[in-house]
Amino acid sequence: MKNLIDIKDLNVEEIEELIKVAKDIIQNKEKYSHKCDGKKLATLFFEPSTRTRLSFEAAMMDLGGNVLGFSSASSSSTAKGESVADTIRTVGCYVDIIAMRHPKEGAPLVAAEKSVVPIINAGDGGHNHPTQTLTDLLTIKCEKGRLEDLTIGLCGDLKFGRTVHSLITAMSRYKNIKFVLISPDELKIPEYLKEDVLEKNNIEFIETKDIEEYMDKLDILYMTRVQKERFFNEEDYIRLKDYYILNKEKLEKAKKDLCIMHPLPRVNEISIDVDDDPRAAYFRQVEYGKYIRMALILKMLEVK
Amino acid sequence: MNIDSIKNGIVIDHIKAKKGMEIYEALNLQELECSVAIITNAKSKKMGRKDIIKIDKSIDIDLDILGYIDPDITINIVKDDKLIKKFHVTKPEKIVNIVKCQNPRCITSVEKELDQVFILTDKEKQIYRCKYCEGRSFNP
Repeated sequence: MKNLIDIKDLNVEEIEELIKVAKDIIQNKEKYSHKCDGKKLATLFFEPSTRTRLSFEAAMMDLGGNVLGFSSASSSSTAKGESVADTIRTVGCYVDIIAMRHPKEGAPLVAAEKSVVPIINAGDGGHNHPTQTLTDLLTIKCEKGRLEDLTIGLCGDLKFGRTVHSLITAMSRYKNIKFVLISPDELKIPEYLKEDVLEKNNIEFIETKDIEEYMDKLDILYMTRVQKERFFNEEDYIRLKDYYILNKEKLEKAKKDLCIMHPLPRVNEISIDVDDDPRAAYFRQVEYGKYIRMALILKMLEVK
Repeated sequence: MNIDSIKNGIVIDHIKAKKGMEIYEALNLQELECSVAIITNAKSKKMGRKDIIKIDKSIDIDLDILGYIDPDITINIVKDDKLIKKFHVTKPEKIVNIVKCQNPRCITSVEKELDQVFILTDKEKQIYRCKYCEGRSFNP
């Protein structure tokens, strides 16, 4: 596999393999601590990020490799008008692998077409975020013990939430998956996902505005933030940002083994009184993210 | 209504009624120096009404454009007053620089040197999506 642009670039067997390696890393950290000695990762973040960038950097460091890069477009030559293709050709001369985030959708694919080193899409606008999906899959596997026979509630911004789009695409390949899509009308999932993924694969799904309506049916509740940076109109953002707030009361009817996930950062959509609930998996999810990125870097650099 | 037959050239037949002008413009036929006839609302046994374009010269035409706009079109190639080839166009798997991505968040909206590439992702529903952002093209 040369690049990871879309979660669809990985088949189910490859994902299984990554999860297996990630679980082995969790058990045997020392064994992996020099696997990438002498290798370099560039983190090219044309858009701000805390978790994803640091997770990639920590992953490479824990493998013994080095990291360089930038954390905003303004601190790169993009500010001078350089194209994505030219930036990638340049950085490819310095490093072995590139993780890239860009606000424009499709930018990592443009990069992959020109790059001589592997490209990992670390998020492109509201489009794809495959390493978050791998993080989510590892979290589900570790927390629930399976990736099949699950009813998954996705709540919040399902229109611009790229993590949601990638997760739906990935989970649609497993047996007996049902989705409960919880969002206001303005933030429903895009039509293409319904047509090309859910309907095409005969996946059962329900759309609702009410977070509590199907709470007792859910095995996983995946909360998302309404993303200010995706709105052209601030009024719409203000109207929708606090549409859902998950708290202890709303969880009363939930299953005892519900797994509550969130790609983070959160704003108000999960009340802090939920954090101590053992079902809240979102901070463990952050840690799983580093391990699956370590497994991915190893795979893409073909390190055994 | 009579339009002279052509000696050497192309007849684009079975165009959906009212689509003739769109095809004329998409193929840039206004740039040709030969005669071009657009017949609109012609009677058709098969279609009820149809448009026809006659080009009085053998030229290379972009079949992908025709297939994208109207896959039911028939192309007739005429040489020395004889019909030497007749064929149908099909929906192309990929179209390049025919339509523009309308998604303001797509990378093609800021990097203008990139080709506008759309892929046929659903043959049954005839849906094209931007190669980069997967945004849907507007139906022709």
